[in-house]
Amino acid sequence: MSKLRKYLDRIRPHFEEGGKLHAFHSVFDGFDTFLYTPRTTSGAGEVHIHDSIDSKRTMIIVVLALMPCFFFGMYNTGYQHWMACGETVFPFWQLMLYGLLTILPRVAVTYLVGLGIEFVVAQWRKEEIQEGFLVTGILIPMICPVETPLWMLAVATAFSVIFVKEVFGGTGYNIFNVALVARAFLFFAYPAHMSGDKAFVSAGSVFGYGPVAPDSFSCATPLGQIAASTGNGLHLTGIDGSAIGSWDAFLGLIPGSFGETSVICILIGAAILLLTGIGSWRIMLSAVAGALLMGWIANSCATPLYPASYLTPVDQLLYGGFAFAVVFMATDPVTASRTNTGKLLYGFLIGVVAVLIRTYNNGYPEGAMLAVLLMNAFAPLIDYCVVQRNISRRLNRAKTQVR
Amino acid sequence: MPIKLKKGLNLQIAGAAEAKISGEIAVSHCAIAPDDYPGFQARPALKEGEHLDVGDPVAYDKLHPALKLVSPVSGTLKSIVRGERRKILNFVIESDNAGTVRKHATETGNGCGAVIGMLAESGLLALMRTRPYDIVPDPEAVPRDIFVSCIDSAPLAVSAVALAGKDAADKIRSAVKLLGAATAGKVYLCVDSEWPYGRIEGAETITFEGRHPVGNASVQIEAVAPVNKGDMVWTLGFDTLLRIGYFAITGTFDPVACVAVTGPEVKNPGVLRTVIGAPVEALVKGNLMPSDHHQRIISGTVLTGEKVGTDGYLHYPYRQITVIAEGDDKDEFLGWASLSPSKMSASKTFPGHFLKRLFKPDARIQGGRRAMIMSGQYDKTIPMDIMPEYLIKAIMGRDIEAMEKLGIYEVAPEDFALAEYADTSKLPLQKIVREGLDYIRKELQ
Repeated sequence: MSKLRKYLDRIRPHFEEGGKLHAFHSVFDGFDTFLYTPRTTSGAGEVHIHDSIDSKRTMIIVVLALMPCFFFGMYNTGYQHWMACGETVFPFWQLMLYGLLTILPRVAVTYLVGLGIEFVVAQWRKEEIQEGFLVTGILIPMICPVETPLWMLAVATAFSVIFVKEVFGGTGYNIFNVALVARAFLFFAYPAHMSGDKAFVSAGSVFGYGPVAPDSFSCATPLGQIAASTGNGLHLTGIDGSAIGSWDAFLGLIPGSFGETSVICILIGAAILLLTGIGSWRIMLSAVAGALLMGWIANSCATPLYPASYLTPVDQLLYGGFAFAVVFMATDPVTASRTNTGKLLYGFLIGVVAVLIRTYNNGYPEGAMLAVLLMNAFAPLIDYCVVQRNISRRLNRAKTQVR
Repeated sequence: MPIKLKKGLNLQIAGAAEAKISGEIAVSHCAIAPDDYPGFQARPALKEGEHLDVGDPVAYDKLHPALKLVSPVSGTLKSIVRGERRKILNFVIESDNAGTVRKHATETGNGCGAVIGMLAESGLLALMRTRPYDIVPDPEAVPRDIFVSCIDSAPLAVSAVALAGKDAADKIRSAVKLLGAATAGKVYLCVDSEWPYGRIEGAETITFEGRHPVGNASVQIEAVAPVNKGDMVWTLGFDTLLRIGYFAITGTFDPVACVAVTGPEVKNPGVLRTVIGAPVEALVKGNLMPSDHHQRIISGTVLTGEKVGTDGYLHYPYRQITVIAEGDDKDEFLGWASLSPSKMSASKTFPGHFLKRLFKPDARIQGGRRAMIMSGQYDKTIPMDIMPEYLIKAIMGRDIEAMEKLGIYEVAPEDFALAEYADTSKLPLQKIVREGLDYIRKELQ
């Protein structure tokens, strides 16, 4: 038996009923089961062997799938900052370090606030700590503009974890995607910080590291520029004034929320989710189909009144947070449709609604967030219809057999 | 044309036994556990110390006294083991090795009722199950159809058809004839492609292809003639079919059971000829791997069996003993991050999933119990047109109307065993279904 195991076994009595650290029982349990697979064996009336997969592994796979986007986000944060400072040389490790220093406090704050609440609630309900927040905690900083103040992140995370997840019963019972609600909370509560020219590029130096950008730079995201543009056609530019095209959006070296810009990295994440079977291909595929269809409709009757209608259907997939939302948000199994047929419809409608909002509502440059939240609300209804169809099939079968 | 099932999962577990009898075990005593016969409320048919022959009733059902459990050996009723609130756990019968048997008249009057009465009296009816509810049939009700599952698809199961050999054809024919007289409907033989007996007169032979749970009666019934509300069908295994045939020919109860001793913790997996309710000790003696860790002996398969000690008995309807490691003495550091190829999994997140190898799983639940998080997982292992997730939720909410609509009458706990195995959230699905079936039966009757 290893020393660590022995140590955990030795301190365990303190955390049990009557021990002086009983108030931290769920915390201890959380760490113990994280470090060592529980020794619990199956009881009477249950199967005797269980699959090796558990909820921890599932969540870790999602975190793993997010990593390419995360690392790219670090680089891009540095890159955009260097550009805003007017630099022409982009040293890789310096950019990465700058990005890391920018994002680290944000990740730390969301995990601290979110996990803190989870630990307290688990202790209060006398339940085991659940690992759902592992994913949520890293998603929140990735879908917010880098310049979001830390206290806002803390407030949004707390709001979302308490009112979207815990009041419904915790992991597995929430109706809306926790990370997206945190983003929506920020979007509606602090709109000035969530859009505009300054939010998406880190301006100052972090902990004294990196150059300081001049006040004069402008860095609206491509979709932000589109929403504000007038006249025929689109002219998208980066911070340095150079034009941005589909390829730049695919690559991801453009202003945007921390993790959402690079479609390449999102595709790597999607591949991980699909190959491991953790993410639903039905949702991803149908969402892309829905966006292409709606994008095509919008594009074929493009009008200066709605500048985003000049985006080609493929551009609709590449720009903004759509790809990220489809791969990592729409596929959240708890808030998505649970039936196979339902998933197809659910994904398709996310695609359609995202493009619909983005194109025909100039107030919201990005529609993916609202589309997913809207379909979260409709997912139970979609499932209800699918289940009803199964039920009526069974009833019909009974009737024909009697005949 | 065979019926092909696309969904399902064959678990690759080490310690399979070859389909041939490797030994014979004469037992000094055996036991019958009423709990193995769901729906049967046992009342002792005789007192401790009284003598009985093979086929003599040991217990009868409280509600239907015609329904009997019979003795697999001749000897004396040694003890009636009782548990909490005097519930009968075991009838222990000491064998005198005389093998005297009770002979029944096999000539009955006309009508299904008379035949069913005979099956109940001879102890054969108690070996069958019904859909709905997965309980021992009521001897006063005539089944719509009778389904015989001649496929053993469970992990490490040995095919009863392969063990029976060619000369069982007579028994099959007699059994089918007898069963045909017990129903106004049809007798279905659900077989796989290895079925050696061809067409049997009086029965409809249906060939199935696919992975486990292709051998489960519910799956076969759903594919052939689904059970609707108000219907009742009987299901039985191939071994029970042979016992019925033996009874039809000789008028006596055949207590012989061919038990496969299997699993990664067994030295020499093999098939032993013994009787129903044989003591586990006799079956595994000297055949367990020497080991420094705990072992779990299962009477049955890893999916549906019952955990027993060496002082336990073979439970009905199982014809199998599986021995695996218990795992409660194992420390696995960061098990959720493991890339070890020896981790068994139906999910593609483990390298073991892609390997063609045999695994040695232990009895740990491999994680913590969670709310239902992943969707569509249960669907993959249940080849029936039902919505397993929603049915489970309806059962948990004790919503009878929803349970009925979602097909609770068509399922048995065993149908959810694979889903329970593969479940990320580690929910005890079989238990939930059993409780649901008991609940709805109690509420409606």
